[in-house]
Amino acid sequence: MSRPEELAPPEIFYGDTEARKYTGKWVSIWFFCIMAFEVHGGPQSQQLSALSYPSCLLPATSPISHLSPSRAPADIRSTRVQNIQAQMTDRALELLQLPPGESAFLLDIGCGSGLSGEILDEDGHVWVGVDISPSMLEVALEREVEGDLMLHDIGQGFGFRPGTFDGCISISVLQWLMNADTSTNSPPQRLTRFFTTLHSALKNPSRAVFQFYPNSDDQVQLITQCAQRAGFGGGLVVDYPNSRKARKMYLCLMVGQQEVPKGLDGEEMTSSDKAKKREQIQNERRRRRDSGRDGKKGKKKSSKDLTGKEWVLKKKDLYRTRGKEGVPLDSKYTARKRRVKF
Amino acid sequence: MLACHVRNCTKDNFPLAFADVELVVKPAEENLDFLRRFLPKLDWRALVDTARSLGDTALPDDMPATWTDEQLQALHHVLLEIHVEEGKMICRGCGHVYPIQNGIPNMLLAEHEISR
Repeated sequence: MSRPEELAPPEIFYGDTEARKYTGKWVSIWFFCIMAFEVHGGPQSQQLSALSYPSCLLPATSPISHLSPSRAPADIRSTRVQNIQAQMTDRALELLQLPPGESAFLLDIGCGSGLSGEILDEDGHVWVGVDISPSMLEVALEREVEGDLMLHDIGQGFGFRPGTFDGCISISVLQWLMNADTSTNSPPQRLTRFFTTLHSALKNPSRAVFQFYPNSDDQVQLITQCAQRAGFGGGLVVDYPNSRKARKMYLCLMVGQQEVPKGLDGEEMTSSDKAKKREQIQNERRRRRDSGRDGKKGKKKSSKDLTGKEWVLKKKDLYRTRGKEGVPLDSKYTARKRRVKF
Repeated sequence: MLACHVRNCTKDNFPLAFADVELVVKPAEENLDFLRRFLPKLDWRALVDTARSLGDTALPDDMPATWTDEQLQALHHVLLEIHVEEGKMICRGCGHVYPIQNGIPNMLLAEHEISR
């Protein structure tokens, strides 16, 4: 298993033992593991298997002991991982393009132990952090971060009032939404709920920047599709696309910054427009009348009435809306009969 | 700033009412410019009611048109320095209880409460 998302849902993966690694005593081990993940380009990394090595189960004193004794535990915390986290947060902030010199009210999704929050603090922003893992939030409490914390499953949607936040960042979170951990949650549904409620919680204009490690291109497509459906504009920003290690994906979403197509000018519709409209209305009426004539009104075709091909197409459509991967494309050969040939 | 997001709870879901609270005052750095920019986002009526229910009566009934520094400081105290350490938030519309522990509200919902 190379990806933590495949091991367990986030609230369980970042459980007590995992979260304790963020505090002083256990910190270095966790950071070594995370480093392997972050440095080696996440998805492709096989390094996380280091998790299962028995050496990892040793208390932190052993990795520390080979360092010079003058290094305090605080020093050990600032390993490369923290730098990478900090770099990603800095980059995300840069992408947010907040007005310079002003402190903004930001939402940090998946704040965890508050690593990214500290950077927001340094830049003088006020932030609210949400995370699904109670253990990680406990660590954040111990570290006495400035922002307000909340235990929240982002797939369930937010309850924030419209226009609350000036921006939103999230570091390495979105890929967690792609799992179907229970039979009742479906990734597209959770993504849609997440993006629609987030869209309303952000003010207009503002931006949301997500750093994430997608598993495949299909995931990227699904995420962007859901975001667009929720009303966001914007797209992907890929840093260092040619480097396997440093490659980072940022989903940069915008609320109301794009040019929207203008409505028609003037008071009245022009006469040709009117005529077209009238024609449409007439056709609509005829269409309804025709459909009402055959069979019972307003009743859907039952599955028995469908031909073989229609049934197959319907099923494939259903799978696609559910976000199932690998549904074959439709063609003229779809669901054709295979006759016996002599 | 938080409304109830339980399914079908659309009426009276803001503000969430506090109950059984344990308050802690943590001094925070003042940033009056930030507060000035924050003002239009506030639902003043809801804020004053909530502040009163928490025992802070420094805020005036109506939103002042021009702000003195003292008023801003009172607002700063209410918004950024008063923390609810333990307690509950209760939705007035559907009665859903969000417990608060160690200053962290638990906003998780059960499966049947998730909105579509």
